[in-house]
Amino acid sequence: MTWLKTSSLSRWHADRRLAPLLAVLAAGAALILLLVLVFLLREAWPVLNGNGWQRFFGDDGWYPLEGRFGLLAMVWATLAAAFGAILLAAPLGLACAVFVCFYASPGLAKLYRMMLALLAGIPSVVFGLWGLTVLVPLIARWQPPGASLFCAILILMLMILPTVALTSVAALNAVPKSLLHGAAALGLTRKGIILGVAVPAARAGVFGGILLATARALGETMAVLMVAGNVVQNPSGLFEPVRVLTANIALEMAYATGTHRASLFASGLMLTLLVLVLASLAARIGGHTRNV
Amino acid sequence: MTVNFWKYMASLAVLLLLACGARAENHKLVLTGSSTVAPLLLEIGKRFEKQNPGVRVDVQSGGSSRGVADARSGLADIGMISRALKPDENDLVAHSIAIDGIGIILHRGNPISSLSDEQIKAIYTGQITRWKELGGKDTRITVVNKAEGRSTLDLFLHHFALKNSEIKAQVVIGDNPQGIKTVAGNPGAISYVSIGAAEYEAAQGTPIKLLPMAGVAATVANVRAGRFPLSRPLNLVTKGEVTVLAQRFIEFARSGAVHDLVENQFLVPLAR
Repeated sequence: MTWLKTSSLSRWHADRRLAPLLAVLAAGAALILLLVLVFLLREAWPVLNGNGWQRFFGDDGWYPLEGRFGLLAMVWATLAAAFGAILLAAPLGLACAVFVCFYASPGLAKLYRMMLALLAGIPSVVFGLWGLTVLVPLIARWQPPGASLFCAILILMLMILPTVALTSVAALNAVPKSLLHGAAALGLTRKGIILGVAVPAARAGVFGGILLATARALGETMAVLMVAGNVVQNPSGLFEPVRVLTANIALEMAYATGTHRASLFASGLMLTLLVLVLASLAARIGGHTRNV
Repeated sequence: MTVNFWKYMASLAVLLLLACGARAENHKLVLTGSSTVAPLLLEIGKRFEKQNPGVRVDVQSGGSSRGVADARSGLADIGMISRALKPDENDLVAHSIAIDGIGIILHRGNPISSLSDEQIKAIYTGQITRWKELGGKDTRITVVNKAEGRSTLDLFLHHFALKNSEIKAQVVIGDNPQGIKTVAGNPGAISYVSIGAAEYEAAQGTPIKLLPMAGVAATVANVRAGRFPLSRPLNLVTKGEVTVLAQRFIEFARSGAVHDLVENQFLVPLAR
């Protein structure tokens, strides 16, 4: 991409005007994140002030109207739901992608890809409604109350599966054909080519898709709210109800006032920080794998 | 030049302030108080504004106690409270606009037909965890509770003299439809929702049933007649002489012209 920076192009007037415009737009996009953080901080300040922030980690239980603000159980629940979903969706999504790219006939692959795209387009509230009216009663018959961490993981898995699959398809398609041909010429089996050459070569793209899916799983609200049970407690078992941070905000914001409201903004801040930490971690790991 | 300019600006500002003050007195109503009543009054206020161009209705929530305090101090033209006036508040006048009633709901397949207050309390505090202990099937009870800040939770806790931290819930929900769907999908569940919402859903064929409380059937009719124990009046309160506009607004909020708005909030309009 270095050719963009050479002087031959910037001599054109259109570019000279376009560059600052693009710079302003790009800065604006970055500024929005900053503004969101500042806004969250300002709204949460009444409870963060002084040593207030320690209460989010020290208090047992979340009863804001009784002055107890323990957020930690919800942080664990959020992480458990998101990682549970990724643990299921990543291998399944990758398997879908391998099938589409290497095993399916062109017609079938096209149909299959279309179905994945359709699945990605289903609104999350529809997943939630389906979970609440079908999946939860089904699990309740086996393991009451049904609304549980397990149910949240299943619903989230369904929602992020197409993201993982479609990005993996794109990554596998981007692997240079010469690599695959070379491997085939060396006499590798199809299985050997896929596992030994194609997937390792595409891992940066696959990893990017997984990261995107994790962010979506962490931020998902309505679907999880409807199926997770929303009881604030540490996720001690798969069939125990849990409450995630996003659901906490959606459940209580409408009627919250004063410190209760501020503590909900603090949970929003916590969630944002969680996503930022994960993203930076992932960026570090992602950069690492590409260099190897 | 600059001095003149600032003088001009200052006088302009004073004029503007005066104009605003005069306007506010005649065309603005401030309502503060209960977060249960506020959403309803917000809707009523919008309709009132539409019918009376130029009038502004400002609704702020902050609890019944704020409603009483603001009506007393004159910070608000009208206070909103989700209870009857207490004896020491007889300096205020209450105008009932609706009644809020909540009922206990079970799955229709549950053989239990009534529960005493003590039994409900024992279920919600986790002392009774299986329906068998109450003469029902041998299944686990799924306790459905409301999220913190909801007015139905408030009324429930107040009636049973419980603290929210004492309740051992298996599912926490937000609004009434979610509670009804949760119970409809789980034969072992127990929940409490606004009676208006539950009665409507039960009539639509949703497999839920409303339990009577202290022998009184949980129906909108009984709530309206004031017979149902788990209910409370929603009131507007004023102090002393009220402005013409406030009087007109209160009459509007109590009239049949807003019954649809009251019912949309799953509240019971007053008999008329």
